[in-house]
Amino acid sequence: MWSRVLITVILLAVASPARAVLTIEINKGIEAGIPIAVVPFQWSGEGVQPANLREVISLDLNRSGRFESLPKRDFLSRPHSLTEIRFKDWRLLKAEALVIGKLRSIGPDQFEVRFRLIDVFKQKQMVGYVWKVSRSKLRSIGHKIADIIHKELTGLRGAFDTRIAYITVVKTPSQGLRYLLQIADSDGFNEKTMLDSNEPILSPSWSPDGRILAYVSFEGGRSTVWLQNIKSGKRAEIASFEGINSAPAWSPNGKKLAMTLSRDGNPEVYVMTILGKKLQRITRHTAIDTEPAWSPDGRYLVFTSDRGGKPQIYRVLASGGRPERITFQGKYNAGASYSPDGSQLVLVTNQGKGYRIAIYDFASRSIMELTRSQLDESPSFAPNGGMVLYATDSQNRGVLSAVSADGRVSNLLKFREGDVREPDWAPYNR
Amino acid sequence: MSLKTKLILVALFGLVLAGCSTTEEEINAAEVADTAAEAGATALGVESKEGTIGEVLEDDETADAASEDAAEGQAGEDLLALRVIYFEYDSADITAESQAILEAHASNLIINPGIRLTLEGHADERGTREYNLALGERRAKSVSRVLQVLGVGEGTIQTVSYGEERPAALGHDDSAWGMNRRVELLYGN
Repeated sequence: MWSRVLITVILLAVASPARAVLTIEINKGIEAGIPIAVVPFQWSGEGVQPANLREVISLDLNRSGRFESLPKRDFLSRPHSLTEIRFKDWRLLKAEALVIGKLRSIGPDQFEVRFRLIDVFKQKQMVGYVWKVSRSKLRSIGHKIADIIHKELTGLRGAFDTRIAYITVVKTPSQGLRYLLQIADSDGFNEKTMLDSNEPILSPSWSPDGRILAYVSFEGGRSTVWLQNIKSGKRAEIASFEGINSAPAWSPNGKKLAMTLSRDGNPEVYVMTILGKKLQRITRHTAIDTEPAWSPDGRYLVFTSDRGGKPQIYRVLASGGRPERITFQGKYNAGASYSPDGSQLVLVTNQGKGYRIAIYDFASRSIMELTRSQLDESPSFAPNGGMVLYATDSQNRGVLSAVSADGRVSNLLKFREGDVREPDWAPYNR
Repeated sequence: MSLKTKLILVALFGLVLAGCSTTEEEINAAEVADTAAEAGATALGVESKEGTIGEVLEDDETADAASEDAAEGQAGEDLLALRVIYFEYDSADITAESQAILEAHASNLIINPGIRLTLEGHADERGTREYNLALGERRAKSVSRVLQVLGVGEGTIQTVSYGEERPAALGHDDSAWGMNRRVELLYGN
């Protein structure tokens, strides 16, 4: 029956600001993005400016593949307010949009950020905002500005002011391998360690409200499913049945977890209510059934099964029923999850050229590869559906990479240490 | 039977149990028996410290055992040294070679009923981690089934899967992957 639930306070999340990412390498597509000029923000206050907002915004915009932030060495002038703008300077650079702003110290650990986005051709402000925040929130404001620019110029809200979760494996001389469950901003900054373990951790999954992580930990000598509060660091074991307990996936309303359990002798997909821990078995097959993921409307679950001989994606009503096979193209399709609009799946495919990230489109029933390497895995959509975050290998190290959903642009997040893997992109709410 | 004889028998029984105890119940029984043995020794008027001198035990058994081992043959012994069963890609099928290894281990487990075996299933790094976790379990269970068919009790075997999380070899090529698609046989109690 129900096994015990442990509630333990583990390490409090330890902040190590701006340490995680060494570099972000951007591989641009052939097609250029929207040319945009981001003028360095005017800093007024003591000492050096507490955050380089231009850098945060430019990097975000470039990473998306939809923009090209113009180099500041070409800027003929550096306006900070509407009256200082000479539009001819920006037309010469062929900039379609201009970003100007000010960063001002207004008290102890209080800063004011002013930002305006200007249409160079119409010579009109498109949008303008002012924020008052503490130093620790300044980078987040930079991401918010990039989100707003993305929305104004492409119609799609940006997903820069979001977080990611991932697992880092580091080698230590004294303790051997250590597994860290970490969260960071979408660009890898502001990394925090949620759990530090000598045993493997995998499959972190954000709750829809972004407050809780579900994941699999081997700390008890086998795989069990845990929930952990991001803010307090408190954690509890939610599934520790006989056999495998793994692959947790939150229902869109945050009330249920789909997961894989082999308590009945074989890996099957189950749905568990978070409150009351009521369990419903969804699949019944002697094959492997695992990696459940919910459709955005909560009606369906997709999962990986090798009931047809090879791992392929199947879909079943979340209330149970007869599964239908979804993927037929390629000898290996696994680890699927839905796009935010529900029209596509992102998954790991092998079409004979290695394990790659691909998009399955429900309408055309086709699979389009997004990546070109050999050992890509663990893809998840950004909450706006514009990019896909996944784990890959670079110079024999596990790294994270993000690729635009059209495959045109990708970027590598190179962390300073360890093997980084199993990323999950958080939802918008935080 | 006199009280004296009874006490000696209890004491001997206790020593025998203490010698071969493995399970919890037997340990408890052995503890109880030890106490009885002490009581017996006292009743017999033997001081325990005198026991430190000890009595010479003639070796009249190992020679026989050695010849039995030799008769059993080198093959069985070599097979027992093999503690890892390897698999093909995305497969949990037991090869003929592995079957021979498992037969040797099954015989060993049957003649050593106190020993337990943990079967640790693993996969290579290709494909998703969660699918590989399931695959590791499938391999461990496949080995477990073979051992059970060969007469090993279900209670003797425990399975666990680590998927691709604990590779034996660290490369990203066929030879490393071949080393990592495995079930490790770990003896313990």
